[in-house]
Amino acid sequence: MSLEPDQRSKITLVTGVIGADTHIVGNRILSMALEKEGFNVVTLGALTPSEDFIKAAIETAADAILVSSLYGQGELDCRGFRDMCVEAGLEDIVLYVGGNLVVGKQSWEEVEQRFQDMGFDRAFPPGTRTDDVAAHLDKDFASKVSGEAA
Amino acid sequence: MTLRSALLIDFGSTYTKLRAVDLDAGAIIAAGQGPSTVTSDINIGMDAALADLETRMGGLPTFDHRLASSSAAGGLAMITVGLVKELTAEAARQAALGAGAKLIGAHAYKLTDKDAAAIISQSPDILLLAGGTDGGNEETILWNAQKLADASINCPVIVAGNRVVADDVVEIMKSANVDVRTSENVMPEFNVLNVEPARAAIRDVFIERIVHAKGIDKAAERFDAVLMPTPAAVMDGAKVLAQGSDDIDGLGNLIIVDVGGATTDVHSIGDGKPTAEGVLQYGLPEPYAKRTVEGDLGMRHNARAIVDAVGAENFAAEAGFTAEYVEALLQNIDADVERIPETEAEAMFDSALASNAVSRAIARHAGRIEIKQSVTGPVTVQYGKDLTTTGTVIGTGGVLVHGHTPEKTLAAALYDDRSPESLRPKNPTLMIDRGYALYAAGLLAAVDKFAALKLAHNSLTPLDSTNKETTHDRPPAA
Repeated sequence: MSLEPDQRSKITLVTGVIGADTHIVGNRILSMALEKEGFNVVTLGALTPSEDFIKAAIETAADAILVSSLYGQGELDCRGFRDMCVEAGLEDIVLYVGGNLVVGKQSWEEVEQRFQDMGFDRAFPPGTRTDDVAAHLDKDFASKVSGEAA
Repeated sequence: MTLRSALLIDFGSTYTKLRAVDLDAGAIIAAGQGPSTVTSDINIGMDAALADLETRMGGLPTFDHRLASSSAAGGLAMITVGLVKELTAEAARQAALGAGAKLIGAHAYKLTDKDAAAIISQSPDILLLAGGTDGGNEETILWNAQKLADASINCPVIVAGNRVVADDVVEIMKSANVDVRTSENVMPEFNVLNVEPARAAIRDVFIERIVHAKGIDKAAERFDAVLMPTPAAVMDGAKVLAQGSDDIDGLGNLIIVDVGGATTDVHSIGDGKPTAEGVLQYGLPEPYAKRTVEGDLGMRHNARAIVDAVGAENFAAEAGFTAEYVEALLQNIDADVERIPETEAEAMFDSALASNAVSRAIARHAGRIEIKQSVTGPVTVQYGKDLTTTGTVIGTGGVLVHGHTPEKTLAAALYDDRSPESLRPKNPTLMIDRGYALYAAGLLAAVDKFAALKLAHNSLTPLDSTNKETTHDRPPAA
């Protein structure tokens, strides 16, 4: 079930490329696509330290943080991300991560599990379509949005 | 034809300063001065200053405008409250500083009862309450409003936070009988700075309430309006100089550095965007008109702080004195903070203090670049304003106007090869505001831009930068 545009507009997403990573294009495409899909998107750009995602999420009362990492260092950069969110009072925030998260040939299932163990709600492999992300957001926020309507 | 003239008044903390200006010539006809008597009756100082001016002019004309600014009775003391320190809390600070306030406190995140009690005991003139982007965080600004209301805050409060809850914040404040008003959010969207509406609101409260609270309106018959705090008048003067008018070209991006007894103020006009190719700007966007106040850099109240910061040995070597002699001069100043240099040595000492105040104040005001290593190679990241291409640097304050080596003192503002990361001006024209006319130009700009600009230009004296090197030849140590 996909959400209506006015329901999506109530969902604020913070997105950017984490760490010393300058690969902005994929993240920019994702931001533009999600904005077009009706979500409220706050874009932080490339080279974003993890604490800046959290600061932006606090100020904008974001519902989810979508972290991009394309240069293979994602596992290092994302370590402790959920803990920092909890520390900052964002216990319930939804966390997604996606991109070229690791280097070398590793099975996606293992990688996904590792990021979920780190506290990310979902991890996305290379080649994920933007509408897949939107569909997952709809699914994850369906209960919240309908809860508000009730 | 009768002379068209204006009287411009600065109710300062030490002096009541007057400037009579010929509006057609854009020139100062005469200056008068009296003591600052705001703590007893402001009229005493004003009358003395008017009498002084009358003597100098041989009678007083009927002025077309009589406009005042004030930094009396501690200036406009403000406290700001925001959410994230680097975001809305910083935007609130920028709004207050740009409005000419003396910032006596800046808070971020949720206030505790203790914080609220401390804020009230500091008795600010105005509190600026921000927090949350529009549609963003609601909880913190509501929480902070409640804490301040519970602690019975008794100064005017300007609400410039998340607009979704602005009405609720106002209700909380009203229920505690607080004089409250709203302005646009200082950060309506993430990383979008919107400080001008809050600055205007601060100015309105200043005119409506603070002028009365400080007893300045007792002299109301002697002026038409007190328009703004004096630092805001300097900022307006800077803006009109940079932008010009229909008839007079602006100077473009500029910096004003005001070295005072207790603080050094820096104003910069310009967007401060990166001037080099491929530089990534980081952090909150910078205000076009930016003011910073360095509370630890002042010629008298903070002379010792400057020497300590430089290191007594280094300072002595730089000034060409022995460390013992520096200490003796510092003790003279501690004993009399109104002291005006009497000997050549004292003047040299003051110049050394001022050079260090200028270089540190500009270094803190200016942005910096940092090289970050990424997988694709090094990336240059800029924090703050790039001032390297600033066309004009104007110095003001007693030590620059009356000092012996204003060129050298002001040159301390320049870019330095030894710290290439600091984005200070590379090749500006250096000028001194000899007539202390920038505040007057700022006031006048509100009624007559053309006269304001002529006044400012007539007061500005370019320094001969070709002589910069010769000032390094110092007389032998005292």
